[in-house]
Amino acid sequence: MDKMILSQVVFYLFAAMTIIGACVVVFARSLIYSAFGLLFAFFGMAALYVFLGADFLAAAQLVIYVGGILILLLFGVMLTHKLYDLNLRTETYQFFPSLLVALAVFLTLLGVMMKTTWHNPGPLPQDPTTAEIGVLFMKDYILPFEIASIFLLVALIGAAMIVRRRA
Amino acid sequence: MIGLDHYLVISAALFSLGILGVLTRKNAVNVLMGIELILNSANLNLVAFSRFSAGNLNGQIFAVFVIVIAAAEAAVALAIVLSMYRLLKSVNLDQADTLKG
Repeated sequence: MDKMILSQVVFYLFAAMTIIGACVVVFARSLIYSAFGLLFAFFGMAALYVFLGADFLAAAQLVIYVGGILILLLFGVMLTHKLYDLNLRTETYQFFPSLLVALAVFLTLLGVMMKTTWHNPGPLPQDPTTAEIGVLFMKDYILPFEIASIFLLVALIGAAMIVRRRA
Repeated sequence: MIGLDHYLVISAALFSLGILGVLTRKNAVNVLMGIELILNSANLNLVAFSRFSAGNLNGQIFAVFVIVIAAAEAAVALAIVLSMYRLLKSVNLDQADTLKG
């Protein structure tokens, strides 16, 4: 029973970390603060994946999002601002209409969620998922898997082409 | 007991915050951060349903594909932001109105 309560406390801690990180991303004045808020949000998401028994996805989240996309975004921040421009302020506009829209979306989602009775047979057993995901990729999802790899290759070549300086 | 609802509420909150970020920010990189939040919230939903409702791992497979798309999107979008900075000396989205008549 004690273990149960402990795991709930840890869950709420990570959930709070995710939400607060996301709030920092959206509300911080400084771009660097936003990037670090995103770091905390991604870490919290990885922890939530662990709670969901998705160990492979948690690792992928850390490696790809924290190690890749976040670094890419930080490069974007650094390359598009002068280095002596230390505060890196960013402005917001249409704040209150947007806040209304976001609140409406949130309340709608919440309402739908509460009204629906989900098909809920109870959680899966917490087995390691990596092997089974690999088998699924190689058997049922082989075509999407290959298409995704080609897509990634094309996107990376395209990105390199776009930023290339014309000779 | 932590159930499906908890994850759905977190995911809805992340999604709304992402929409707020996309709508309010002027800086292109910051808009990208909002998009990443939205993609992450979708992922959380997929994994939560995969665990609680489906009884198999198909949702996690979908989440992997979403991560792939997010990586490609970040790379291409940052390339566009960089060339926009080279052209306009700014990443303010209001100034990207060259195509406006």
